[in-house]
Amino acid sequence: MTHTLDITKDHCPMTFVKVKLGLSKISPGDILDVLLSEEEPLVNVPKAAKEQGHRILEIKNEGSHYRILIEKNN
Amino acid sequence: MENETKKLSIICFSGDFDKAVAAFTLATGAAAVNWEVNVFFTFWGLNILKKKQGRSTIGKGFLARFFNFLMGGSKNLPLSRLNFGGISPGLMTGMMKKRNVATLDELIESAKQLKVKLVACEMAMHILGIQKSDLIDDVQEVIGVPTFLEYSKNGQVIFIS
Repeated sequence: MTHTLDITKDHCPMTFVKVKLGLSKISPGDILDVLLSEEEPLVNVPKAAKEQGHRILEIKNEGSHYRILIEKNN
Repeated sequence: MENETKKLSIICFSGDFDKAVAAFTLATGAAAVNWEVNVFFTFWGLNILKKKQGRSTIGKGFLARFFNFLMGGSKNLPLSRLNFGGISPGLMTGMMKKRNVATLDELIESAKQLKVKLVACEMAMHILGIQKSDLIDDVQEVIGVPTFLEYSKNGQVIFIS
């Protein structure tokens, strides 16, 4: 199952705080589809997710923003 | 490095608005990247945790009640500079909202959700005549120096003055 989260308007630390809380609410194996801006979130969100053992499936540039697909670990 | 204990302990001595924002930004940021986080509130820092967010005469004894009234709660935290008689924290919160930066209330709420451990100083509470029931329920324990040292052992410690 895929869940979406838009953090394009957020700033540090709420970018990766929201991603962590979002991941805590979904089931293992589910995907969190995160919309984010470049710079800080683009660096910190994948880094934080990887550190917690989640898998980054894809990072896409969609013009004005980026999209990262994170699979929740078991 | 793999098994390195990632632990951050913050001593929040200050009850200034901007410093409380700094303390909770560090606390939530670290907790969000899976660090164990303890925040120890002492002296002025206790004002951030009072259940009564405005001015109230909590505490035991005339002087304690007087001090607690003057210090107020989380809605009375002054800006450490350019406080302008207390209007600045409200203006700053407005600017934070406008720029989509988390406000102090949002940071505190996130810290709770991320299970940041909030603890209060027994000695400072004793001086100010404050009971654990005067503080928000999220304060897990009232502790002294030995317990803080035990909690912060083998991690990083930051003092916010």
